[in-house]
Amino acid sequence: MNYPPAIIAEAAVNGLLTGSVYALVALGLTLVYGVLHIINFAHGVLLTCAMFAVWGLVTFTGISPYAAILPLAAVFFGLGYLLQRYLIGPASHGDDGNILLITLGLSIAIENALLAAFHGDTRNIPGDFGFEVAPVGPMMISQPKMIAFAASLIVALLLWLLLARTDTGRAIRAVAKEKLGAGLMGVSVGHIFGITFGLGCACLAVAACLLIPSFYVNPRVGNAFVLVAFTIVVLGGMGSVPGALCGGLFIGMVESLGGLFLGDSLGQLGIFVIFILVLLFRPAGLFGARA
Amino acid sequence: MTSRIMLPAMSRRALLGTSAAAAALGMPAILRAQAAPVKLGILQPITGALAQDGELGRFGATTAIEEINAAGGIKSLGGAKIEMVFADARSNPEAATQEVERLQSEGVAAIVGGFASPICLAASQAAARYNLAYVVDVGVTDAIITRGLTNTFRFAPGLAIVTKTAIDNLLALNDSNGKPARTVVLVHEDGLFGAGLAKLMQTELPKNGFEILETIPHPTPSRDMSNVALRIRALKPDLVIPSSYYGEFVLLARTMQQQRIRPKGIYSVLNGAASNFRFVKEFPEAANGVMDCNHWADPRKPATAELRKKADAAGLAWAYNIPLNYSCVKLVADALERAGSKDREKVIAALASSNFAGHIMPYGETRFVNGQNQGAQPVNLQVQGNDIKVIFPVAFADAKPRFPFKA
Repeated sequence: MNYPPAIIAEAAVNGLLTGSVYALVALGLTLVYGVLHIINFAHGVLLTCAMFAVWGLVTFTGISPYAAILPLAAVFFGLGYLLQRYLIGPASHGDDGNILLITLGLSIAIENALLAAFHGDTRNIPGDFGFEVAPVGPMMISQPKMIAFAASLIVALLLWLLLARTDTGRAIRAVAKEKLGAGLMGVSVGHIFGITFGLGCACLAVAACLLIPSFYVNPRVGNAFVLVAFTIVVLGGMGSVPGALCGGLFIGMVESLGGLFLGDSLGQLGIFVIFILVLLFRPAGLFGARA
Repeated sequence: MTSRIMLPAMSRRALLGTSAAAAALGMPAILRAQAAPVKLGILQPITGALAQDGELGRFGATTAIEEINAAGGIKSLGGAKIEMVFADARSNPEAATQEVERLQSEGVAAIVGGFASPICLAASQAAARYNLAYVVDVGVTDAIITRGLTNTFRFAPGLAIVTKTAIDNLLALNDSNGKPARTVVLVHEDGLFGAGLAKLMQTELPKNGFEILETIPHPTPSRDMSNVALRIRALKPDLVIPSSYYGEFVLLARTMQQQRIRPKGIYSVLNGAASNFRFVKEFPEAANGVMDCNHWADPRKPATAELRKKADAAGLAWAYNIPLNYSCVKLVADALERAGSKDREKVIAALASSNFAGHIMPYGETRFVNGQNQGAQPVNLQVQGNDIKVIFPVAFADAKPRFPFKA
């Protein structure tokens, strides 16, 4: 099937824009991995929670999903902090294997609680939010996706600044490198773990606000994103912020162009082929430090 | 440690035993007061991807049971009331099969429902092992009735009938408007229903002078329909023929609207959304003009309006699942009435010889041949001005088709 270049370009742009939101989801995952050295299995279900929160806010108070970004990010930061500090941390008894099980258990419990509360129904926010398009040359680019792209870049930049330029960032990096040493230097490791987990959750809250205008929510919606996010984290390098960003954009393009040329059923294949290739030939990822 | 764990377990068992004994003693006393109720299994997916359809189906079935009981139950069984035993098919065939086992152990006289083709296939087969009558509400795959299962009955039309009607009506529509459409893009979900339908279309449409530019499959659920929309834009077909479940078609219609893709017509077949008022209400602009060949209640029958009023009162969007399940439950009640027994052989025989006409579908008298209701047929609908209108067959159409459609 031959497509005119304009269509291919538009598919690539669409992919880039979608990829930016994947990158945001992956940022949270990679941050938690980089500092706590755990895979957070509850990441997907926390995204679902955030999406339900935005959906509820928009549906019942009528505010714009974009106005919900800051308050929701703050709430999810707090939630993440408390979750890590007072549930995941203490319950792990210092064993990483336990953390895997706890986050997995949390995801099962929360997903089923959501299912009980909201049933399996698929929900959209009311109104024509997702319909706005901006003509860019011959292309019709969805406005919510452009906003999502800009916001994702801003969040990634802010996160990078926080890690590179602030005391908290320095402490996070210190704990990531050498937990015991950082503790001896007076850094409260438990506090930093909590902050990191909170930052991861705040990324999800932002992603949820950006997704909801053009997407739907149901109790299992997060899983669809988290599988992609895992691939991005592996591709970009575990724990790397620029890696997650570039990986997200790249995976978005692969998915979109794969979908265009191979059809949407087969297009997903590209993502997982990349996953396997990276594991085989560059296990540390594009930006990852050598293990 | 061991004894501490054992003790509560023992007492729990003792407690269960006592309550079971109490129930066994108490139950007959209550039941003797009137004829023992007939249990009817209602199987619908009310969790998972198909939950929305399952809820509608459940409402149709529940309403029919309430009406039958209010009218005195099954008279040949001494006015026995119908007792619904509800089962959640959880949107997948494995869960549906488990639930059929449970319904069997609860002693239901028949099962109605299933909704999706894979669920209907698996559940009717599981029921066949117990010679338990199974009435399919929607499942359109023709494999459902070609397996030679004597317990399985489909009241609604299958893919072959629907496709034939859809193509006949499409030709009539195109011819009477000066043949504006020639090229077609098929979009379908890649499961049993969508893929089966696309295959039939691929063989039938070219015979009738249409050119299929491309067939685009997509998974359920899909995150994004931008690519499908882009391909449609590149191909510039006169007609888009989509066959998908609710969420994906809504996403596609919204994306096409967003991308300003306006073919001469969207002519869907058995679409999950085009004949659903929720879609029309939530996205009127994207829905406007969409045509669909689908199941639909007969608007001429007074019971249709009554049922629709009840659905509105319950806050449910009117869609074909409601009248189909309503009619299927009444079909089973009629069979029980004529069988005069809960005996499974007799119920199946009564269904097989059914000439039930008290339903609200546009089918005429019921007549099953190898499990398929021969009179069953779909109708053509079009979304016009925030309403869903019947445009074919002319006998009870309440609007004229608008084709080619101009917004």
